[in-house]
Amino acid sequence: MSNSVTEKVRSNPKFSELKSKRARFAWTLAAIVLGVYYSFMMVVAFAPKSLTAKIGEGWTLSIGYPIVAVIIVGAWLLTGLYIRRANGEFETLTRDIVSEAKK
Amino acid sequence: MRRALTAAALLAASALPAVAAGIEGQVQQQPINVIAIGMFVAFVFFTLGITWWASKRTRSAADFYTAGGGITGVQNGWAIAGDYMSAATLLGLSALVYSSGYDGFLYATGFFVGWPVIMFLLAERLRNLGKFTFADIASYRLDKSKVRTFAAVGSLTVVCFYLIVQMVGAGQLIQLLFGLPYNYAVVLVGVLMIVYVTFGGMVATTWVQIIKAGLLLLGGTLLLILAMFKLGFSVEGIARQAVAARGAAGEALMGPGKLLADPVTAVSLSLGLVFGNAGLPHIMMRFFTVPNAKEARKSVFVATGLIGFFFLVVCTVGLAAISIVGTDPQFFEGGKLGGKLIGGGNMPVMHLAKALGGDIFLGFLSAVAFATILAVVAGLALAGASAIAHDLYAGVIAKGTATEAKEMRVSKIATIAIGVVAIFLGIAFKDQNVAFLVALAFGVAASVNFPVLLLSMYWRGLTTNGALAGGIAGLICAVTLVVLSPAVWVKVLGNAQAIFPIDHPALFSMTLAFVVAFVVSKLDGSAQAEAERAAFDEQDVRAETGIGAAGATAH
Repeated sequence: MSNSVTEKVRSNPKFSELKSKRARFAWTLAAIVLGVYYSFMMVVAFAPKSLTAKIGEGWTLSIGYPIVAVIIVGAWLLTGLYIRRANGEFETLTRDIVSEAKK
Repeated sequence: MRRALTAAALLAASALPAVAAGIEGQVQQQPINVIAIGMFVAFVFFTLGITWWASKRTRSAADFYTAGGGITGVQNGWAIAGDYMSAATLLGLSALVYSSGYDGFLYATGFFVGWPVIMFLLAERLRNLGKFTFADIASYRLDKSKVRTFAAVGSLTVVCFYLIVQMVGAGQLIQLLFGLPYNYAVVLVGVLMIVYVTFGGMVATTWVQIIKAGLLLLGGTLLLILAMFKLGFSVEGIARQAVAARGAAGEALMGPGKLLADPVTAVSLSLGLVFGNAGLPHIMMRFFTVPNAKEARKSVFVATGLIGFFFLVVCTVGLAAISIVGTDPQFFEGGKLGGKLIGGGNMPVMHLAKALGGDIFLGFLSAVAFATILAVVAGLALAGASAIAHDLYAGVIAKGTATEAKEMRVSKIATIAIGVVAIFLGIAFKDQNVAFLVALAFGVAASVNFPVLLLSMYWRGLTTNGALAGGIAGLICAVTLVVLSPAVWVKVLGNAQAIFPIDHPALFSMTLAFVVAFVVSKLDGSAQAEAERAAFDEQDVRAETGIGAAGATAH
């Protein structure tokens, strides 16, 4: 890639738009996943008893089980959220940037 | 409790991707299992057929290393899942749930959460910047030969530790599941791995992974459905019967046990798992097999879904085994309920298969468990061969002047050499406790490869000197801490007390690598450092937009 292409892309306002939007979105989602996971680990380490509470009257399962399931499924759904926006909005922006750089 | 700890050690040890069962200590050879061997032979013939088909499509170096970038996102997602779901997840995770209930679910979560992070922060950049190896990315704007050499050594170190664990695991599994001698497995795995990779390259390796992932998911899901026919179609019902079967100790299944009680251990282990995973060369390599960033994202989405589903299924299967296997004397040594399980602590899922589906299902699951190892070692061999041929030979020794044909030849020779070394090491490490090697592999991946990779992608300020200093600091720290940890200092070297109390070093070694890389880069005032910082703009444009990225070749 030549320097002129780099300069052209960098001076395109859409490039900074893509960069900042994607960075904010990706780091926010990563912070949510890691934040939830490590908060949960702190509960496991410091208040393990709180996870043994039953889901409801007459249940055997403790609330710890659905929490794990929600973390796993929720994290997966967040990757789905990311891919939706990245393969839609961000891809469109990227395509614009690439075609404008070739002009 | 001891059984719980062994299963946990196996799992932590085997960490996730693909390690095999029973890597702590010796196992007893079981009677010959003809059905399992037959099904495994069928798998081998089928995959050799695919290798033959793939060999006709493997002409260029790009075909060999990355299937020419012609794998779709969905296919790659299945292959990544295949890389990550292993015999260890099937056997170890279900065994952990069987012995200590909720702790197994906690482990599964720790193994899982790295994937979304890889998706958000690494996947598309890996695709846009990389060509064949992770060293391509790390050395993008830094000193080509120094950083490439260092990255290749980092990759080879991880591959080597990991291969030994796989080989030892294969040897023990074949004794347990097929009733055949240890050395058979080691030689068989080594030879098949050479055949898959040298003839079929990445195309064959990818398809072996996809098939294995499909079989593993099928086996796990089928087992859960069969268990539910017996126990009822609700997790609550399975849990109630498990708690009842355990008697007085039943309630302990419903909450956290002792395994993750110490927060420092828990955090250090999970950091190693989350970020070590992102630094495993054979996992990173998978991102170069898709044509563009869009497909790379898709592949992580598919992989994450499959892995999450599989983990939850396997954990639930472990819970079901408590009331089915745990109350059936035929699975205990001497028919003594509550005693030692036949074949050892990792066998609940296999016994469950026998209880629910008879010898045929047991044979099927055994064959699948062994096949998973083959797929993983093929991926490892390919990652190792690319580090030798693409990075060390073509990049550093020949300095880019080697022809493609010559590089291909070197990579095939390297594959054969890796296979031979793996066989040799597998036999040498027979009956050794190799759990520490997994801690090492993940420790090195998280403390050497990952910091260099992340900083080179995201931080303009990283210089060659900073990358090398940080990587070397991480390497020395990770290796030293593992040697001083209970896994080596006590269990291998026989000392009474470990100098460093935690088996997994990532919390300390990874942090050190980042700090050293940061400080040295900041202090680096050389002209070369200036040029490297200036080159970030061009790299950044490519990372964000894919302009100039290595594209797919036509097929």
